[in-house]
Amino acid sequence: MTPQRAGADADPARGRALLELAGVTKRFGDLVANDDVSLSVGAGEVVAMLGENGAGKSTLMKIAYGLVRPDAGELRVDGRPVQLGSPRDAMRAGIGMVTQEFSLVETMTVSENVALSAVGLGRVDAAANRRRVMAAMERLGVQIEPERLVATLSIGERQRVEIVKALFHDCRVLILDEPTAVLTPQDVRSLFETIARLRTDGLGVLFVSHKLREVAEISDRVVVLRRGRMVGDRPTASVDEAELAALMMGGAASAAAAPAGPSQSRAGAVADPVGGAVGLGVETRPTAGPAEARPEPVLRLTDLGVSTGRRALLSGISLTVGAGEIVGIAGISGNGQTELVDVLAGVRPASSGTVHVAGRDLTRADVATRLAAGLGRLTEDRRGSLVPQMSVEHNLVLEDLPRFTSRGLLDRGAVRRHAEQLIERFDIRARPGDPVATLSGGNMQKVLLARSLVREPRVLVVAQPTRGLDVGSYAYVHEQLAALRDRGAGVLVVSEDLDELRGLCDRVAVLFRGRIVGELPIAEASSERLGLMMTGVEVAT
Amino acid sequence: MKFVLRGREPRWVAPTAVLVAVAVTVALTALPIRLAGANPVAAFERYLLTPLSSVNGLHEVLLTATPLMFTGIAVAIAFRAGYWNIGAEGQFLLGAVGTTWVGTTWADLPAPVALPLGFVAGAVGGAVWALAPAWLKRRAGIDEVVTTLLLNPVALLVVQGLLNGPWRNSATGFTDSDRLGSGFDLPPLIPDSRVHWGFAVALAVILVAGVVLTRTATGVRVRAAGQAPQAAAFSGIDVDRVQFRAALVSGGVAGLGGASTVMGVQHQLTSGISNSYGYTGVIVATLGGLGAIGVLLVSLLLGDISVGAQNVSLVLQVPTQLGAIFSALLMLAVLSAMSWRRYRVQWRRPRPATTPEPAQETG
Repeated sequence: MTPQRAGADADPARGRALLELAGVTKRFGDLVANDDVSLSVGAGEVVAMLGENGAGKSTLMKIAYGLVRPDAGELRVDGRPVQLGSPRDAMRAGIGMVTQEFSLVETMTVSENVALSAVGLGRVDAAANRRRVMAAMERLGVQIEPERLVATLSIGERQRVEIVKALFHDCRVLILDEPTAVLTPQDVRSLFETIARLRTDGLGVLFVSHKLREVAEISDRVVVLRRGRMVGDRPTASVDEAELAALMMGGAASAAAAPAGPSQSRAGAVADPVGGAVGLGVETRPTAGPAEARPEPVLRLTDLGVSTGRRALLSGISLTVGAGEIVGIAGISGNGQTELVDVLAGVRPASSGTVHVAGRDLTRADVATRLAAGLGRLTEDRRGSLVPQMSVEHNLVLEDLPRFTSRGLLDRGAVRRHAEQLIERFDIRARPGDPVATLSGGNMQKVLLARSLVREPRVLVVAQPTRGLDVGSYAYVHEQLAALRDRGAGVLVVSEDLDELRGLCDRVAVLFRGRIVGELPIAEASSERLGLMMTGVEVAT
Repeated sequence: MKFVLRGREPRWVAPTAVLVAVAVTVALTALPIRLAGANPVAAFERYLLTPLSSVNGLHEVLLTATPLMFTGIAVAIAFRAGYWNIGAEGQFLLGAVGTTWVGTTWADLPAPVALPLGFVAGAVGGAVWALAPAWLKRRAGIDEVVTTLLLNPVALLVVQGLLNGPWRNSATGFTDSDRLGSGFDLPPLIPDSRVHWGFAVALAVILVAGVVLTRTATGVRVRAAGQAPQAAAFSGIDVDRVQFRAALVSGGVAGLGGASTVMGVQHQLTSGISNSYGYTGVIVATLGGLGAIGVLLVSLLLGDISVGAQNVSLVLQVPTQLGAIFSALLMLAVLSAMSWRRYRVQWRRPRPATTPEPAQETG
């Protein structure tokens, strides 16, 4: 999957590779963030990098900007190998980056901020500096008065100041990390005009995003990352949005591109691997007759909405999860999944609508009441639900402290026995006294899984249950969720991984811009249909 | 050579880190002692060993350690909950004010009533002084580091205002309060020594705090709220409430320190009653690893150094401040060692990020 470099010699002005990453691999502990990724950005080319959260985009960009050193692989600028030890090295090599968090001093003017990054010792020639800033802005088609204070600028204007700052270092490759995430539609327009000018100027632009529509509009080429691997590298003109969505989230389209590592070992792990069309199907789905009546819902969401200020993050969510059923929520990240999970977990209030668990209204209930009512939670942010420095045994009883207290003191024997039992039952590779921070991601997830499952919840809300996990833990988590369903509980799985949803769920609903655009029984949920729905196309159900 | 984050920490690391820190501190303080014209080895012997080598010296160490035990455990309780109370100094002073108020208002009370009342008044005084920052933090999210710290000089001004105004000594006219009623005198804990029952109270407070923090559900909640507030909230712990209560308890315990010093040592309120015990409490809590045993040991160590410093200055003619320099450097060294201990050294050179290109490659 090395990018085509043929023709680079034929047309030196355009397409000459400015920045190349060859075979870049980066591991963090047992997590492979980037696995043999190769990528090139040519002069006058806008390359879009697509990928879900956790696909390895940020790591790759940090490598390109000298913030992270790769374990293997090579970086080349203008065909020459370079070693980037710091952003300073990257700037010197002609690479600039604009991150999502801006690094501007609000109490300084625009030109002072731009000069700040180039300031040496001695006097600052304010007038000359102002002229240079004006020239750089002219080149970008940006109209911001250099004497304005940054504090008075809009987010979009600040972003353009950041771009001017990058260009100040004679940057030839500009990396933009999710530049549109914070922008209004009007600001997105002007950003795209700026990018178009840069392209005409012969700069290379690496544009990171997960918004398919923008990618289709602005880029010349799209590369898709998934679980740290490059699964696609296509000219933008030759792909449509549904295909990109499927590539990002691992639908059938990517099955050929990405070696289906998990599927092979799953065949061994699951007793009956028959009919694993995408290789990941856990064949534990009950084969209940189609005529059987809809089971009593254990979770019912009615017209649920969340908004901050005037912006609606979620609206009109109505959904039921029956006993003995796994319902999936698909969607490209940032379409309301986090908010939905937070509302159900009880860490964010709903602005409208209701949440019922087994007939009981929990819309405004606190966490303890939710837990007592049989609502279990397993959220995507493992560090947000575990106390890292605390021992495994204490983390395991954190939601259940009164039960382990006798005569005012914590019953240490009971806590220890509880932990030992769960460690045994869930195969957690740790001792009860180990701080959770020393565990691998998979074992942390097992601790959380154990903590939620030991209460035998009537409904379990799960978000990205296998993100960042190795193959073995991946299969294990799925088996446990399926077993819980088979014991008669309802499970709501929010995931950005289509293989996971298709392998696990009985039904899939799709979120787009905070709304459910459709719901499909799993048999009808082909990646093509889901891909379309994830881009906002309503599908009759 | 390269520093790599440790996964699991072996048992020998923490004690070794402390020993290394002490060695570094000794090495660093040798220079100023030398400059002051004394022999460092003799000085260290007097700092650390001389106070422990006589019964009287031992008594003085216990006496000096007593207020530090109160303020140290007070700060540790708040820090454990993730509430950065830097205001133990002010809370100590207001505790002393509370005790002095009851001790001069009801001067005739007999000891069995007076002593408990004096401690309660001290605890209330300290908790009241801790209330405003805790409430502002909970209601409006105002940074408690700033508010608790800034209330310290205010507390000192309150004390000075009282001593220059309504509480001026009626017999001498000096800016000290009247003597407390004799029922408020804490009896000696050890006969014929200055060590008073305040030391026993401090030990009891440390013991209770240690048990609560490590052996109860409350302790688990406090630690969870302090170490990972987000995760604690996710698990149904009301982090704001836990921190609010820890702040009040912390203030109350610091106030007990004030009560103990007034009733056990000074028997009246003076503006110099605190001698920076509240600030030193932050050092004690941090060096003691926010644990009960750690706080006890560090209080005794700092008491030892402080008694030793007086001895050193008398005998070797070096400034008493060298004792403070020693404590301060020890704190810096231990904190550095605590952060370094999370790393291990990898001696092997790391593989270069790129494999060398074959020779035929031409630029």
